[in-house]
Amino acid sequence: MTNSPFTPGIAPARLPAEDLAQNFTDLHAPLDGHEALVAADRCYFCHDAPCITACPTDIDIPLFIRQIATATPEAAAETIFDQNILGGMCARVCPTETLCEEACVREAAEGKPVEIGRLQRFATDTLMSKGVHPFTRGAATGKRVAVVGAGPAGLACAHRLAMKGHNVVIFDARPKPGGLNEYGIASYKSVDNFAQAEVDWLLKIGGIEMQYETALGNGVSVDGLRSDYDAVFLGMGLGGVNALRAEGEDRDGVSDAVEFIADLRQADDLGALPVGRNIVVIGGGMTAIDAAVQSKLLGAENVTVLYRRGRNAMPASAYEQDLAASKGVRFIFNAMPLEVLGNGAATALRCEYTRVEGRSVQGTGETFDIPADQVLKAIGQTLDGAPDGLKLHGGKIAVSGAGRTSVDGIWAGGDCASGGEDLTVTAVAEGRDAAEDIHMQISKA
Amino acid sequence: MADLTSNFIGISSPNPFWLASAPPTDKEYNVRRAFEAGWGGVVWKTLGSEGLPVVNVNGPRYGAIYGADRRLLGLNNIELITDRDLYTNLEEIKRVKADYPDRAMIVSIMVPCEEEAWKAILPLVEDTGADGIELNFGCPHGMSERGMGAAVGQVPEYIEMVTRWCKQYYSKPVIVKLTPNITDIRKPAEAAHRGGADAVSLINTINSITSVNLDTMSPEPSIDGKGSHGGYCGPAVKPIAMSMVSEIARNADTAGLPISGIGGVTTWRDAAEFMALGAGNVQVCTAAMTYGFKIVSEMISGLSQYLDEKGMSLDDLVGRAVPNVTDWQYLNLNYVTKARISQDDCIKCGRCYAACEDTSHQAISMSEDRVFEVIDNECVACNLCVNVCPVEGCITMEELAPGAVDERTGKPVSPDYANWTTHPNNPGAVKAAE
Repeated sequence: MTNSPFTPGIAPARLPAEDLAQNFTDLHAPLDGHEALVAADRCYFCHDAPCITACPTDIDIPLFIRQIATATPEAAAETIFDQNILGGMCARVCPTETLCEEACVREAAEGKPVEIGRLQRFATDTLMSKGVHPFTRGAATGKRVAVVGAGPAGLACAHRLAMKGHNVVIFDARPKPGGLNEYGIASYKSVDNFAQAEVDWLLKIGGIEMQYETALGNGVSVDGLRSDYDAVFLGMGLGGVNALRAEGEDRDGVSDAVEFIADLRQADDLGALPVGRNIVVIGGGMTAIDAAVQSKLLGAENVTVLYRRGRNAMPASAYEQDLAASKGVRFIFNAMPLEVLGNGAATALRCEYTRVEGRSVQGTGETFDIPADQVLKAIGQTLDGAPDGLKLHGGKIAVSGAGRTSVDGIWAGGDCASGGEDLTVTAVAEGRDAAEDIHMQISKA
Repeated sequence: MADLTSNFIGISSPNPFWLASAPPTDKEYNVRRAFEAGWGGVVWKTLGSEGLPVVNVNGPRYGAIYGADRRLLGLNNIELITDRDLYTNLEEIKRVKADYPDRAMIVSIMVPCEEEAWKAILPLVEDTGADGIELNFGCPHGMSERGMGAAVGQVPEYIEMVTRWCKQYYSKPVIVKLTPNITDIRKPAEAAHRGGADAVSLINTINSITSVNLDTMSPEPSIDGKGSHGGYCGPAVKPIAMSMVSEIARNADTAGLPISGIGGVTTWRDAAEFMALGAGNVQVCTAAMTYGFKIVSEMISGLSQYLDEKGMSLDDLVGRAVPNVTDWQYLNLNYVTKARISQDDCIKCGRCYAACEDTSHQAISMSEDRVFEVIDNECVACNLCVNVCPVEGCITMEELAPGAVDERTGKPVSPDYANWTTHPNNPGAVKAAE
């Protein structure tokens, strides 16, 4: 007997293979040439454009759109990559509705911004599909820089350093590069193995050596890197997850949403991936949304996102909330988990309604149970094993200026560093800016 | 609903919208459909002399330029006069006119500049029952190389001569279609007037190359790698056409000469503007070629609504703006305005700022939070900010009342009209009597 959304417990293949394939295609189909021209024509080429200001990497958006409109998408791509070497991925995963497109004056004028994200993808896809890498390395400097973490921050940092003629070695704990681009983003935002293709393309700059399955405490140490290299950049992200601190958290069926997403991204066969019938995702950020939507797309019958504050406080954007709702995900606001019920395996989640008082969230005493054979925790990640000797701020590596840590010769950026939103695009900006600062420092000597 | 019945040089039509002599009016099938769609009249595509018809190129004959969203703004063509047999055309004209007696049927003609040629064709056209003829002295490509079309229109003496022949050998109204490919449109209009023309129509198309293929280095439309200048038309030529219409309308030597306005008429509003500048009716081509015959419905409803709102008749509209067309030297230099930006309507694109700051008078300020404001003591009221603003009505020009101080000059605005002819900076100024 084949499985269906109604199969009890946690089961694979709840949907036929063709439905799964359909569910996990591109969330937004790429623009074709005609669509790109029509979309590009809407740009007003604003002065000191608000969209540029809203972009963490300061891409000259009006210029690249004008380049698309004048039939030179390759030049448009160079404009993008000048500022953001991961412009291809950012075009897919950026919450543009809260960044460039929110700032677009046509959002103010008509409630319909220029489709900046999709245009960026059109430009970057055009150039990348030609296999062209538009940058060349500067003269070799003989300097060596160690980069820890092959995620967006590390890759952006390494690429910029390589451009300047430095030699870079990237260490990453995982067997593949890309960081959250590879392991942590909803599948339908990065189809056709784009994350790997992008890294392969990025590495064409040359001068970057990759060392996988190597991490701080596993093959390398901060002190060792400091003495062996002219500079060190830390961009290893957040390896830990917060604990739920609810009873029954150890029951079968309770897991971290980031793991669920990583497994899904690495799965060769989506039909082999087990998923619950009744799923509760706890949390209110992008990870919660990605986990919820994808479990629904895998065929879960009921998916609920449980968030302890109100809708307006939810970190996930209204656009992401609507996306989830359109896929059939249910939201419960102002409620928190108390206990995972069940006998060995989870069967339900006992929750309590909350009252938000200033910054604190208090239980009201009123409880309810939701059927749950799978509980996914998406309540935030933490810096796992912070290197000794580096000052921390808010649980992350404290940085000032362009990613300088409290220790000379060590820079940090991306999710593991303090400040900034934990977005791919901010990680790219931080990695890039740290690279410029590193270059300035090591070029002095 | 206002009555749009038009009476142009004695030719009646249910509305003032005629299709110009051009591809849409080349044959019975099209013209019947145009009349069914509501067009008031047509000028049948230009007939040539009896005998073997002209041939057209067999590759592309049109080129275009575009605005945003690939809106066609300008079209050019290298098509010649009708390439169908003269008698086929004449028979079709006769049939269609008989079936649509209330519509205007004008026949465009272009034959060599010889009296015999005109003498031969005019009775044939007369026999169709058409309401009048239009002399094609404007076609700028192909036919002009053979001494016809614009080659005639560029020589006022020829215009006068041929017009006289037509008035001599044809009993109904004669309209002379003028080419804009000259320096002073009044000269050919005066010539037509002297020759006895009942009206002039203008403009014909403008010499143009719309684009160059940067791979093959051929002008477009490309015929086997070569291109020839074609006739330009469409919305892009409207300002040129309106200026020429107004020149004829306000010229003493052509005053009262009826004008059929042509050149980029796309909407009812364009038509109304031409008519306000002195055109008794309008002729349309490119808009129909771009969107089909149905656009006349909007022209009819729009013009009708406008006339109703203004309480005007169609005749009231004709020439109503002509007295306001003047020479630069008579413009009131004591009329002072300042740009005003509506903060409620502003979408903060900053184009007014870029335009003013980079290319004009540095008269718009920009704050940290993108509030754009006019600096009155720098603003010369050039209007560029109004023109580049993407939101209609967001930036306007406000007139300073007499007595108010113009912060740019520090002087109060004078209530008196004063123009360049009396301005102290004008070396040739005529000093007012003391």
